Parts: sequence; structure tokens; C-alpha cells
Amino acid sequence: MSAPFRTPEGGRIDRSTTLEFTFDGQTHTGHPGDTLASALLAAGRHSIATSVKLGRPRGVAAAWAEDPGSLVQIEEPFPEPMLLATTVELYDGLVAHGLPGQGRLAEVPDSARYDAVHHHVDVLVVGAGPAGLVAALTAARAGARVALVDEQAEAGGALLGTDDVLDGAPAPEWVAAAVAELAAHPDVLHLQRTTAFGLYDDGFVLALERRTDHLGTAAPRNVSRQRVWRIRARRVVVAAGAHERPVVFADNDRPGIMLAGGARTFLHRYGVLPGREAVLFTTNDSAYDAALDLHRAGVRVQAVVDARPEGSPQRRQDCERAGIRVLSGAVVTGTQGVERVTHALVAPLAAGEVGASSAIGCDLLLVSGGWNPAVHLFSQARGRLRYDEALGAFLPAEELDGVAVAGSAAGVLDLAGCLADGRRVADAALAALGLAAGEQSALPAVEATPAGSAPMTLWRVPDGGDGSTSFVDLQRDATVADLARATGAGLRSMEHVKRYTTIGTAHDQGKTSGVLASGITAELLGVPVQATGTTTFRPPYTPVAFAALAGRDRGRLFDPERVTAVHDWHVAEGAVFEDVGQWKRPRYYPRPGEDMDAAVLRECAATRGGVGILDGSTLGKIDVQGPDAAEFLDRLYTNMISSLKVGSVRYGVMCGVDGMVIDDGTVLRLAEDRFLVLTTTGGAAKVLDWMEEWLQTEWPQLRVRLASVTEQWSTFPVVGPRSRDVVGAVFPDVDVSNEAFPFMTWRDTALGGVPVRLARISFSGELAYEVYVNSWYARAVWERLIEAGRPHGITPYGTETMHVLRAEKGYPIIGQDTDGTVTPHDLGMAWAVSKKKPDFIGKRSFARPANSDPLRKQLVGLLPVDRDTVLPEGSQIVELADGGQLPPPPVPMLGHVTSSYRSAELGRPFALALVKGGRSRIGETVHVPVDGTLVPVEVTGSVLVDPEGARRDG
Amino acid sequence: MADLLTRSHPLEPYLTALDALPDGLRVTAEPFVALAGLRVDPASGVQLRGAALPTTPNTWVPAGDGRLVWLGPDEWLVTSPGTAPEALEAEVAGVLRPVGGVAVDVSAQRIGLRISGPRARQVLAKGCAIDLHPRVFVPGSSAQTTLGQAGVVLLALDGRDDDAEFAVLVRSSFAGYLATWLLDACLEYADSAPTS
Repeated sequence: MSAPFRTPEGGRIDRSTTLEFTFDGQTHTGHPGDTLASALLAAGRHSIATSVKLGRPRGVAAAWAEDPGSLVQIEEPFPEPMLLATTVELYDGLVAHGLPGQGRLAEVPDSARYDAVHHHVDVLVVGAGPAGLVAALTAARAGARVALVDEQAEAGGALLGTDDVLDGAPAPEWVAAAVAELAAHPDVLHLQRTTAFGLYDDGFVLALERRTDHLGTAAPRNVSRQRVWRIRARRVVVAAGAHERPVVFADNDRPGIMLAGGARTFLHRYGVLPGREAVLFTTNDSAYDAALDLHRAGVRVQAVVDARPEGSPQRRQDCERAGIRVLSGAVVTGTQGVERVTHALVAPLAAGEVGASSAIGCDLLLVSGGWNPAVHLFSQARGRLRYDEALGAFLPAEELDGVAVAGSAAGVLDLAGCLADGRRVADAALAALGLAAGEQSALPAVEATPAGSAPMTLWRVPDGGDGSTSFVDLQRDATVADLARATGAGLRSMEHVKRYTTIGTAHDQGKTSGVLASGITAELLGVPVQATGTTTFRPPYTPVAFAALAGRDRGRLFDPERVTAVHDWHVAEGAVFEDVGQWKRPRYYPRPGEDMDAAVLRECAATRGGVGILDGSTLGKIDVQGPDAAEFLDRLYTNMISSLKVGSVRYGVMCGVDGMVIDDGTVLRLAEDRFLVLTTTGGAAKVLDWMEEWLQTEWPQLRVRLASVTEQWSTFPVVGPRSRDVVGAVFPDVDVSNEAFPFMTWRDTALGGVPVRLARISFSGELAYEVYVNSWYARAVWERLIEAGRPHGITPYGTETMHVLRAEKGYPIIGQDTDGTVTPHDLGMAWAVSKKKPDFIGKRSFARPANSDPLRKQLVGLLPVDRDTVLPEGSQIVELADGGQLPPPPVPMLGHVTSSYRSAELGRPFALALVKGGRSRIGETVHVPVDGTLVPVEVTGSVLVDPEGARRDG
Repeated sequence: MADLLTRSHPLEPYLTALDALPDGLRVTAEPFVALAGLRVDPASGVQLRGAALPTTPNTWVPAGDGRLVWLGPDEWLVTSPGTAPEALEAEVAGVLRPVGGVAVDVSAQRIGLRISGPRARQVLAKGCAIDLHPRVFVPGSSAQTTLGQAGVVLLALDGRDDDAEFAVLVRSSFAGYLATWLLDACLEYADSAPTS
């Protein structure tokens, strides 16, 4: 299709290349350098979308991110909702359609890559317009490390949409020279298509770089589509420009109604005429340039409607020379047209009274109510704003440490002023950094802006009605009537008004509507605008996809997978893995045809009947050394550690200050002043932190040093009645007899010159030896054990079998059988609580009456009477009333199932549970609701296998 | 049992892929290096392996055939490629014990990687928040930081702009994660898109 509204020449587009795209099912063409919006306007299409609540047609109302109208959904190459046609760079094969206020997320995973990069600079400049370029150049010439980020495809900012002349040449030439000079500085990072969307404490700025979006289907798949730059800057210069502000009037939302500066940008940057017959409605001088430029480009400017009583005498002359009619003291009161504006209704405005209106035909209505400096980043940094009466806008009200605002973002609205402001702010930043200015060239010469007439602040034109078609926030379909309803309901704070009306909550976050809402609300309340203020600006400045924030932390890299030194052996043996914290642990090793139940029953039987081996290397290990190490451990554990002999091992329980169990494990005394403390896999980091906290904050006088050695020592329990044969065969230097190497002792030996430590520790009740070796040699030692065990049918087993074996012995897993409300006594471990020690963490809490309540939940065993049901873990336990019925609701809960397995040894399922007064209920039958039926279970002691402990010595 | 046990390196499964990284970045696994963690009063003035303990935070110094790395006001890491792990602990403990210090063999607690080449800084910056600029993270610098989501000790070895070299010490269990992370970080430097 043709592009009838494309100018014959000009614009920063590559006319030698034609791109084809589809919008709402229609094929159009455009050029590199176009946005979707400019290409559609070139085709004469203004109406893009329909509004979210009212379904009114909406069009392109601005040229960049402040546009509240052109909401589109991209379909190809990958579905992405809620983008603005004005910020989508055109590419070949683009397929998009307009949105009725909301879009559709892709239903297939996004295969694009996203990543993040950290960067550090002396000076970060946000915005590559005239002020930002000068600031960046100034800092770069001083030798500072500089980053310059700008959200558009090319540098230049406002200069891209004007016909300004710098140093006697068109602005783009000066911009190109500045960019080239920056590129020559090795310590300058210059990023276009990069939006600084959040400014946080201490000069931390997040910026999103759109790296391949503009390439469409040609985007290389191995390059991240978008990148989050995490920039830490000693000084930040915000040169983010200003957004033109509309004026609110009736039916101000029709396609073809556009901000004046936006129209000028479409003309100069994209070579597009946004219409044939234009009316300009303005309150200030700046918009006259749009009318004059469009006139020169062949647009018939029907009238300039200037709300100021005297208009602008200077600019009136310009218009009259061009034959453009100027109506001073007049306003646009409304419009006509449906899919496109056809008439502007113009009326005189005198002393606040609007006169009778007459219609002026037009297909383009340009609006300018002044400029809102883009203070978003400054405000995010908690910079205070003040209302400037002359500008009718909010400006930075203070100097922030490390954050400066330059150019039109600071309310400087002329080119020469912006250039000078960029230099001034950069000089101040350099001075603050203690950097000499270096060799600086003079600022470019620009034509002085003619002295003009002061702008007038006009938020809205009274519509004579209720304001229900006078739109404040086009994206939310929120009107002056809604604001009146809010103030009528008694709301006075802009934060409340915002939430009541939803103004400023759409995806543009109120770029055009926020200040208007403040102004109109102030009028409605009869208070100064300064009193209403603005709502809080929060990140992100423009929407950021969650995928970009997730970056590369997806899939396998979502969370680190920690593996042991023997991991590859487990993989080769077909292990099924379980996540334990960040660790990948073998859960079971299925043989062909086995499911988990079958594999675990086999592993359990093989271990209790012969010998099994577990990779227990994930257990936390802490080296505790120093003259006061024994005293320190006495204070940490509930039981006595100092009485432990060198060469021996003791099981210990650790409680919090509330007396509740937080971890357990064994302690090996390596020397008088040295211990190896074993923690649970999940508790390793927590316990080390806990120990350090006590050592550093409460007991700094103790001479104790801690070190994590979790990965230093691989640990392999060799378990079962045949374990002695296996360990004895691999370590012939060790007398593994019960007499020479009794339970709960350890011995050092060596294998091939490598030190190995063996310990008689059992987490299954069976005869067992734990083998500790430097993890460099873990795989070799593991394979020796497997080899030596082969004649005995050694069976590798996983965490599931480990859990069954320990549960059969009533050994709790801290965190599974406990939940932070369980004492050692509740677990039946009163024996592990010292009565001799003067103090230890948790001791005082044991004296609380609640701790000796006989109805506390206690760990017991449960045996389903049907010998068949595996109770789901977490199941509730209830008691039937007399008569065998459930008591009326709410049914009292006796406790819950904490662990539940099938037992090969028992030939039936069993469970561990925390039950109120559990130990006094041993022998009773209670009930567990499972899938709607009540399963009777017998309460037993927690030790179901070998309660006499006859097996531990083989 | 006179036959020697073979050692296995956590990065073995990744070496081929790391070797095939595109130009601009070399990632190699350091061979087995003995490491000992040591805690001692910095005022003790001990010398280890011919070097004084560095007291400037976030630095390392050469010591013997390895390095002394500052980890905290009273905490260092000593490395030695040519000493047996248990021998290193015994040697260091022998020096420290008289002044109330301790040494712990942590040789297998971490493994070492070398990352070098013109793209080394760029790749590290994808997952490391500290400032790696050649004028800031100069040779002799060290940092305890994160690379991706793995805690690492990062040492600056060679600060040349065009060919920087870093050593990375990472917990052994995280080595595979870090290798996967590095390979993924370098995907964009491949000449052609990988087939996915």
C-alpha cells in the first residue's frame, strides 16, 4: 500500500529500503528509521486502538513514550502486549494490531534471551538530547568514566524533531560529531535504545537496553533481546527532557488530535505529514513552530487558536506572513468526528467565560498546554518538587546529593539554555568528583530564541457540561467528571484521587495526565496547585518485561544446582534426583521397571539385610577450633560436649533461645581443642551463621575459630550388617572389630597415601561406618567401596531410603518432623538435654510451664490398622467421640503426620506424627482422614525397628 | 594399598565446552591447589611462606608457590599448588599455633578457575556487581563477591586492558553451576546462533 502522507524528502529514514508490515490485517510499508506509528501515519491511519472502558477510537497522540493513545499488540515475531506504536521501531515482517486497552500474553515460552550487565561510572548522563550530550562530552573530556543512555534509536533528543541549526549546520551534524567524539573516549559507554527506568539510592540506576527488538525476525538468537544495565554512578545527570502537556476539552481524545511537538517530530524525523488541514490550539509560543513547519511542508493550517488574551504578538507576525489566521483569546471547546477528527469547535475565552463556538474543519488538531519537565528519575530519588507558576509545571525543588537535573528536565526550555545547562551541571559534577575540567571546546552557537510572550497555564476548557467526555487520562478513560466525583466524595490528596479515579495508573503512568489531574483537582478544590502536588513517581519509568528482569536466571540457571563430587556416578547409575535446598541428591536408584516404591523397598531391604551406601556429602560440616571450643559447644548444644573424649563421637541437639530444636547432628572430637561438627544438609549455612553470631556478639571472649568444611570432606555412610566386611576390605590398616572400633568413635587411616577418617555413626540403627575423605579423592574412594562391596551385594541408596531407615528408628529430621515449636523433650530426647550444665541456649525456656504440659505434641509412631494405607504426610489426626462418630465441627485436631513410608522391615506402612499427649496415647487407636475416609491408626512408640538397639554393632 | 587414588575435578565434564569458547575469553580449570584457611590476630606479625599477611582489605600477595589472600581482618586463605593439602594445614598450623592462630585444610572446599582475555571483564560484569575497571580492580586486588548466584573469591592477576586475567575460587559444589553460567554468558560471542 502507498504512503500518501510521506513527504517527498527529508526525515531520518532510509528511503532506499522498504519494509513491509501488517497492521490489523492490512499490509503497509515503511522504512528503516520509522516507528510503527510513523509508518501508519504515513499511510494516513490515525485510529489505532479503542479505549478500555468506552470503546472510543484512539489514535497517535504523541511521538514517543508519552503517547496515551496508540496501544498495540505485537503478534509476530513473538506475541507481546501493551506496546506503544510510537516506540516500536519498524521492521520487516512486523505483525501487530490495535488493542482495546488490554493485550494478550504469549501462550508459548519466550525463547528470546535476556541478560544483565553491571557497570560503574563517575558520571551517568540520562538523555542524549542537547543538554545530555554536552554534559557527557564535558565529563568525558575531563577523563571521567561516563555512561550516556538514551531511550531512542539515535542520539539527539528533541533535536531530532526540529530544524535547529548549531554552529551553522543542521542539528544532526552536531549530534553526529558529539557521538563520534564520545565514541573515541575509551571510558565512555554510550547506549541508545536504553531507558533508565529506575533511580535508587547511592547512584544506582537500572536501565533497559532494547538490543534486538528493532531487528524483528532477523534478531540473532544468541544475543540477548533486552539487557538490564545495573549502573552504579558516583554522579547522575538527569537530562531526560520534557513532555508536552495537552489541554483538556470536550472530546479531546479523537484520532487526529496530537501534541504539537509530536506532529513536528513526525514531520522532521520521519518525513510524515500527520494531516492535510490543521488547527493548532496553544497556550504558549513553542507550538507555533509546529504550525509554521507544517505549513511550510504543505499542510493547510486553518487557524492558530491561542488561549492567551493577547496571544503572541511576535509569533502572530510569523503566522501572518505565512498567511495563517491567528485567533487570540480563543480556545477549542470540543471536536467532531468519530474515527478521525473532522472539526475543531473554537470559541472566544474572556475572563474565564467561554463564548459561542464555531466549527473549523480539520483532520489534525495540534494541542500544546506547555511542558512538563521529565522529573521522574529525580522524584524517584526522593527529590522534592515545586510548582512553578510561570511554567505551570513541577520542577526539582532541591539539590540532591549525587543527582543533578539539566536542560528541559529542569525547566530550561530553549536550546541555548539547555546546552549551557548541560555544561554547568557537568562542571558541578566534575568539581564534586575532584576532577579537573580538562580541555573543553566552546558550546555550539545557536540562533537566539526570540523574546516571546509568557505562557498561560490552562488545564482545561470548561465544556459546559459534566466533563464526562473531557478526558484527563485517555488510557483509563478517566475524565474531568471522574475528578469532580473524587473531590465531591471528599478526597483531597492526589494519592487518593489517583486511586479513586485510576488516573496515572495505566501503563504510561500518567506522563500526560498526572500534572493535568493535579491542576484540575486544585481548581475543583479551590486550592493552589502547589498544595495538591503530584503523586509519587515510582519505577519503572516505562514498562519493563518480567523476562528482562529475570534475565539469565531462568531454567537451569534459575537457582544454582549444587552437586557432590560423586554426582556423575549417580547420574550414570540412573539415580532419580531430589532437590534438597540447592543440592541435587539421589533420591533412589530405580532398576528397569521399578517405580519409586519398589526401588525404595529394595534399597531398604538390601541395606538392613546386607550393605548399602549413601552419598552423605551434603551434610553440613564445621571445623571448630580453639582453646574454648569445648566450652563453646557446651553452650550451643543441649547436651554435654566437653566430656567427649578425643576419638569419640556424640549426637547433639541444638535449640534456639526459645528452647525449640533448630538442628541436630553428630560431633567428632578431633583433639582437645578441635571438633568437627556435623549439621543437617539444609542447616549448614544457618548453623554456621548462628555459631558466628553467638561468638561475635555474645561471647567474643571465647577463643574459638569456625570454618565451613562441608565440601572439603565427602562423606559416605556404609550401612548394614555387611558394612564391616566392606570397610575392612577397603581399609585393611584399620581394625574394624567392635572391640577396637566401638560405636560412636572415629579412627584415622589412609588409602594410597590419602588421609581418610572413619566414624562409627548410624542413622539407620544398623552397623555403619561413615567414610570421610578429601573431596578430590571422593570419586575414587566411592568406587573402591562399591567394588569391595560387590561380593556383598552393596546397594547404593538415596534420600528416600535414608528417610525410611531413620524413621523406622524414630530419628527425626529437623524441619520435617519438627516445625520450630518442638522441644527435645517432645521428640523423646530428654536424654540429650543436660541437667548438669549451668547454661546452654534454650535452657531457660525449658522451665516454662508450657514446656512441661503433658498435652504438648509429642513425636510418636503410627501404624495404620489396615496394614496398607500410606498416610499422606501432613494429614490431620483426629479422635472419634464416644459412639465412634466424629465430634461436631470444628473437629479438634490432635496433631499431624510428619513422615510416612512403606517399611520393608515391618512389612507394612508406618508413620511418625506429632500428637497431643502422644506418649500417653501409645496403644490407643486414633483416626486420620484420607480421601474422605477415616483410617484407624494405632499409636506406638517412635522406634519401630530394633527398639533394643541390637543391630548397631553388627 | 600402595596404588594411588586418582583425583577428580568438578569441572571435568565442562572442560571441552570451556575449551571451545569463542575468541576473546579463555576459561581454564586450575589444577588441584592446596588451600588452607587461617585465622590469627593481625597484630601477631607472622610471616607465612616468605610473605607477611596482607592487611589491606581485598588484596592478595604472592607467597611461596602460591598466594596469601585477605578474607577478613583476622582471616586469610593461603594457596599452594605444590603442597599436599594435609601438609599445608600442618605447616601453617605450625606457624600460627604459637601465636594463637588456627589453620584448616579447605583444599577441596573450593576449586579455581582462570578467566582471561580481552572479554574477561565484560563477561564477569554480567554477574559481578563490583567495579572491575583496570584502574580500580588492579592486579593484587581480591574480592569476596558473587558471580551469577555463586559466591566467589575473585583475584586480579593481570590488569592489562586488552588481556586481563582473573582467578576465581568457587565452592566445589557450585563449580558446575558457574561453568554453565559462564558458557551461557558467552553464547552471544559465538559467530552463529546455536541451534536450540
